[in-house]
Amino acid sequence: MTEQEIRQLIFQLLKKIAPDTEPEKLQPDDDIRHTLEIDSFDYLQFIVAIDEQLELDIPEEDYGKIDTVKNMTNYIISKKTKKV
Amino acid sequence: MNNNNTIQLTYREALKQSIRQALQKDERVFLMGEDVGRYGGAFAVSKGLLQEFGPERIMDTPLSESGFVGAGIGAAIAGMRPVVEVMTVNFGLLAMDQIVNNAATLYHMSGGQVNVPLVLRMSSGIGRQLAAQHSHSWEPLFAHIPGLKIVSVGTHEDARQVLLAALEESDPVIIFEYTSMLNLESEISTNPETVDLVHAKIRKEGKDISIITYGAAVYKSLEAALDLAAKGIDAEVVDIRMLRPLDETTIFTSVSKTHHALLVEDAWRSISISSEISALIMEKSFYELDSPVQRLGGVEVPIPYPKHLEDACVPQKEDIVKKVIKMLHHD
Amino acid sequence: MIEFTMPSLGADMEAGTLSEWLVKAGDKVKRGDIIAVVDTQKGLIDIEVFDEGVIQKLVTKEGEKVPVGSVLALILSDKEQGNVKEEKPEISPIIEAKATEKVAVVPPARIKASPLAKKIASDQGIDLTNIKGTGEEGVITKEDVEKAIAAKEKPQEVKRAASSETIRMAIAAAMSKSNKEIPHYYLQTKIDMRNSLNWLSEANKQRSLKNRLLPVALLLKATAKALTIVPDLNAYWENGLQRKADINIGFVISLRGGGLMIPAIHDGAKKSVDEIMATLSDIIPRARVMKLRSSELSDSTITVTNLGEGSVETVFGVIYPPQVAIVGFGNISEQPWAENGMLDVRPVLSVTLAADHRATDGHIGSRFLTELNNILQNPEAI
Repeated sequence: MTEQEIRQLIFQLLKKIAPDTEPEKLQPDDDIRHTLEIDSFDYLQFIVAIDEQLELDIPEEDYGKIDTVKNMTNYIISKKTKKV
Repeated sequence: MNNNNTIQLTYREALKQSIRQALQKDERVFLMGEDVGRYGGAFAVSKGLLQEFGPERIMDTPLSESGFVGAGIGAAIAGMRPVVEVMTVNFGLLAMDQIVNNAATLYHMSGGQVNVPLVLRMSSGIGRQLAAQHSHSWEPLFAHIPGLKIVSVGTHEDARQVLLAALEESDPVIIFEYTSMLNLESEISTNPETVDLVHAKIRKEGKDISIITYGAAVYKSLEAALDLAAKGIDAEVVDIRMLRPLDETTIFTSVSKTHHALLVEDAWRSISISSEISALIMEKSFYELDSPVQRLGGVEVPIPYPKHLEDACVPQKEDIVKKVIKMLHHD
Repeated sequence: MIEFTMPSLGADMEAGTLSEWLVKAGDKVKRGDIIAVVDTQKGLIDIEVFDEGVIQKLVTKEGEKVPVGSVLALILSDKEQGNVKEEKPEISPIIEAKATEKVAVVPPARIKASPLAKKIASDQGIDLTNIKGTGEEGVITKEDVEKAIAAKEKPQEVKRAASSETIRMAIAAAMSKSNKEIPHYYLQTKIDMRNSLNWLSEANKQRSLKNRLLPVALLLKATAKALTIVPDLNAYWENGLQRKADINIGFVISLRGGGLMIPAIHDGAKKSVDEIMATLSDIIPRARVMKLRSSELSDSTITVTNLGEGSVETVFGVIYPPQVAIVGFGNISEQPWAENGMLDVRPVLSVTLAADHRATDGHIGSRFLTELNNILQNPEAI
């Protein structure tokens, strides 16, 4: 999965959780939750959706590492390559 | 009132023109019947044809329906194209044996070896105070018989064209003409479209109700449709035309469009053409119906002589209008 | 005969439009069945029935707007069916049994409709029971069914346009009423959340991603538990204090487009933290699309508002009448914390209580907050 594809997936899942937001307008360093006004409940749904799509169980202590699109993309890449 | 495209003529004249054209077109065609020659036809339909085509082709017969219809059947089997006129359908009953037991059945009984390309023309329905001897409508009786094709001539266009189509058939055809319409004038195309002996004809398109009719009731239905249009009801008038075999497709298509069906005919109401069509609609178009199929038919008495009683015996324009309004609840 | 009435789905609701019947006369219903959909200022709400029996008659037609309390349908309860049996003259046991059967089933009246009307109704999922026929002898025609379809489609259109604007109006009405009628008193306390968050973090390690708990689930559970100790806050003020047996916490959910929904989390005291979390997972997405059940909208006995998602530290709520209290949670933030003469940094939660001074005094409110604090210090005991 390329970086581009991961980013697309993030946008797509965010859009599904919060249909009236525009995730594709997020800058790489924007805080996802604050910028899109996503509450903890929806964020949990988002992380569940990531797991369903990528089989990536993000532990709670790692939530701080996935706060922006850039960080999240890097996090996913690092986790997925480690697995392979 | 002639112009380039249309011609004004009576129903009688239209019939005569069709016979004339048939005689001109095919040498095997000849006309035979009571008083068709010297007298010019009981209803003057064949007036002048004897002079034009001679006694070989315009043949007067004795008053013996069974005899001359039988002769017609024989001529048809022998390769001729006889047009046999039976003065009225009431006398046609005398030829019933020939019609049922020979004309309609020979093809079957000969194992498909013998066709009977006979055309029978009969006047039907109420004329003008001709009483119970001459006024009945027995289309349903004949339409009951397999092996026959039954056409009902409800308009001037058909009067002009049906005979020509009937003569193309290789099996017996009975054409019903209407005594009451003979003097009726109408404008038709000088080059009317040919008819086939398959299809019913939508005489007026509409979307609110299908008035399904034939024969002398066609014009009455069309007039009723005009009155109804003034009341905001858009009625479709279906001229069944072929009483056997029925053009079910046209009937069902119309009912599927309007979802209401009124059947109108002059013949006695029970066990009639309407009964049959009503049953067919139930069988095949039931789920298209938004109200029960209704029938307007003749009152079940021998047709009386007095004018007002005669009029009361068959559905009139007003009856049709009233019935439609009741069905659609627009009162 | 039981009367099934237009429920009040909030203090502000005066009338509702019966949008759709999901049952017809003769249908058997049991407690909890959703039998109707009502269009309110808060969108389309599924209405549940609380009795068992057979629908005798649908009184209100689809599309009809009626005041709260109006009879929507009559239900023949199982018991009443028994009574009917007793009234029958006893001829012989066999005949009696037959008669009972007949009465119990309550056959729906034969509906006369044209074949076409029936076909269209069945294709479009229209119930003919409530359509008035205009054909001969009252027969339902194609036109009648088409009108019913049109009527059915219309309120839905209205509903969409309605949502954010009418929700605003509903909130405005309820909050104005509250501010006008309820003498609020406010209390605030700070709670050290270290133990609770540690407990949550440990708990979540043992749970799959999907089953992870959010702090709010724990807070709701703690609130419910504290209310069992201080029941006066779990009540209505209606001609005096009316304590409620069940603790149904109304949880404020903000809608992205503006406005809010307050579905009830039923029986919070009897639910585990996991069950409350599961309830939230069920309710929140439905609240967001305004697809809540009537009981969820009408049963709340107290409200919790949680503004802890942003940077707000403290929220002072406005009570949702006729309730008598609203609990407010701010965010959990690290703060200096003095304890036993030592200074430490702890995750701290600011909790407020706004309560109806007609119903309770500050002492009761204070007890509640104290109990809440105690519970959150010992989350393992929850």
